[in-house]
Amino acid sequence: MEDNKTYFGEIGHGLKTLAVGMKTSWKEYFKDFFTNKSTEQYPENRKTTLHVAKRHRGRLVFKRNEDGSYKCTACTLCEKACPNGTIKITAHMAEDPETGKKKKVLDDYAYDLGDCMFCQLCTNACNFDAIEFTNDFENAVFDRSKLVLHLNEEVYAGGSLPNLIEGGAEWEIGKFNTKTK
Amino acid sequence: MFDFSIVTQWFDALLRETLGLGDFLSILIECVLVGAAILGGYAMLAIVLIFMERKVCAYFQCRLGPMRVGYWGLLQVFADVFKMLIKEIFIVDKADKLLYLVAPLLVIIGSVGAFSFLPWNNGATILDFNVGVFLLTAVSSIGVVGIFLAGWGSNNKYSVVSAMRGAVQMISYEMSLCLCLITAVILTGTMQMSGIVEAQTGPWKWLIFQGHIPAIIAFIVFLIAGNAEANRGPFDMAEAESELTAGHHTEYSGMGFGFFYLAEFLNLFIIAGIAATVFLGGWAPVNIGIEAFDTVMNYIPGIVWFLGKAFFLVWILMWVKWTFPRLRIDQILKLEWKYLMPLGLINLVIMTVVVALGLYIK
Repeated sequence: MEDNKTYFGEIGHGLKTLAVGMKTSWKEYFKDFFTNKSTEQYPENRKTTLHVAKRHRGRLVFKRNEDGSYKCTACTLCEKACPNGTIKITAHMAEDPETGKKKKVLDDYAYDLGDCMFCQLCTNACNFDAIEFTNDFENAVFDRSKLVLHLNEEVYAGGSLPNLIEGGAEWEIGKFNTKTK
Repeated sequence: MFDFSIVTQWFDALLRETLGLGDFLSILIECVLVGAAILGGYAMLAIVLIFMERKVCAYFQCRLGPMRVGYWGLLQVFADVFKMLIKEIFIVDKADKLLYLVAPLLVIIGSVGAFSFLPWNNGATILDFNVGVFLLTAVSSIGVVGIFLAGWGSNNKYSVVSAMRGAVQMISYEMSLCLCLITAVILTGTMQMSGIVEAQTGPWKWLIFQGHIPAIIAFIVFLIAGNAEANRGPFDMAEAESELTAGHHTEYSGMGFGFFYLAEFLNLFIIAGIAATVFLGGWAPVNIGIEAFDTVMNYIPGIVWFLGKAFFLVWILMWVKWTFPRLRIDQILKLEWKYLMPLGLINLVIMTVVVALGLYIK
C-alpha cells in the first residue's frame, strides 16, 4: 500500500481490497457447489471416473509383437543406463538355427520395481523399442520380493483396472471430477 | 413464543412439592442437571463446529474435506475426539507444573462460563443476571489468563512469544468488543440477556434494524473484534502455525490440547452467539408486521432461530478466516487502536444521540 494515502483513504482502500477477497472466496465456495472441487476420491473411483495420463510412468513392461514374442535382444543397454541398478539381465550365447550365427539369447529380464525411480532412461537407451513404461500404477504388494518382476516371463495383460492403459475415464484439462460413479 | 420457563417451573415444583425435597436438595439436583446440560451442549456444539470448520474450509479451498469415516465424513470428528481422549497427557520436564496443568482448565472455564450466558430460547437462559453483558465480558476474559499461563508454563520459546502476542491482542480487542456491547446496551436499556432479547421481539425490532446505522457499525466491529478475541484467522497471531508451530499449546497433548482446541471453537460459537443475541435478536423470530407471516414465524421454536442465526454468523466468520491471510502483530494492534476503537467510540456517541433524540425505530 502506498504511504501517501490519508487516514480515510487507507480505510477505503482496505475495505475495497477486503471485499475483493471475500468475493473471490465466495465464488470459489458456491461455484458448482457440489462437483467442481479438485479432490479425486481415488479408491472409490478407480473403476469408474479415474483418469491416469497415458504417459504416466507406472511400471516397466515389454513391448510385445502380435505373436507374443518380445523384441529384447539382451544388449544390456538399459541395464547400463539405469542409475539405480534396477534391471538385471542374464543371457547366454546360442546359435541361431536359421542363419547359423551366434546370437545372445535372453534368459531373464529382472526388473526391481522397488528400486526403480521411473526416470525413463532405460526406455530412452533401448535401441530395439523393446521396453516401455505404462501408466499401470497400482503396484503395491505385501512382500518386497514380489516387486522383482521378470518381464520376459510375464504376459502383461493391461493393468489392474479396465481401460487403464488407454488412460481410463474421459478427462478434460481444467475440469475436475470428484464423483465416484 | 413458547416459554421454556413453564418447563423449568414445572420441574422445580415437581422436586419441591410433589417429591417434597428441601431447598438444598432440589437446588442441588437442578444445578447438576443444568450443569450436565451445559457441558453436553458444549461438547455437542464443539463436535458440530469442528466438522463444520473442516467442511467449510475444504469447500472454500476447492476440496471435499473428510469423506471417508462414515457417510460424507460424518463420523470423522467422533474418531478424532476418541483419539484425543485415549492419548497420553504428556508433562514437559522443565515446565512449571502447576501453571502448565491449570492453564487448559482456565481456558475451558472461561469458555464454558461465557457459554452459559447464551439465551437459548424464551425462558431458557441459564445465567441471567441483571448485569449479564458486563459479567459475560468479565468471565470470557479468564481465557486470556489461561492462554498466557499456558505459554509461560510450557517453558518453550514459541509458547512464550505466542502467549505475549495472544495477551496483547485479546486485551486490545476487548476494548472494541465492550464498546460495541455498550452501544447495544444504550439502545436496549438493559444489560440482562433476556431483557436484551425481549427488547428485540416484535416487527422490525432486531437491533440492527431498530438501531439502523450505529447498530450495524457496532455489529460489524463486534464481529471483527470477536474474531480477534476468539483467536481465529486472520487474527490467529497466537497460533500462527507457520511461525510458532502451534503457539501456546505447542507443548500440550491429549485432552490438554483438546481443551484449547474445544475452547477455540466454542469461543467462535460464543462470539457468534452473543452477536446473534445482541444484534440479531437471539431467539426472536423474524417479524415484519404482517399478521399471517409473523404467526407462522412465531411457530418456529426459539432455539432454532438462535442456532440458525449463530451458525450463520459462524459461517461468516469462517468465510473471513479462510479468505484473508494472517495479519502481522503491529498491523493487528494498528487495526484495533487506530481504526476500530475510535470508530467504536464515535459510534457510541452516535448511538447515544440517536437514542436521546428517539431516532431509532420504535
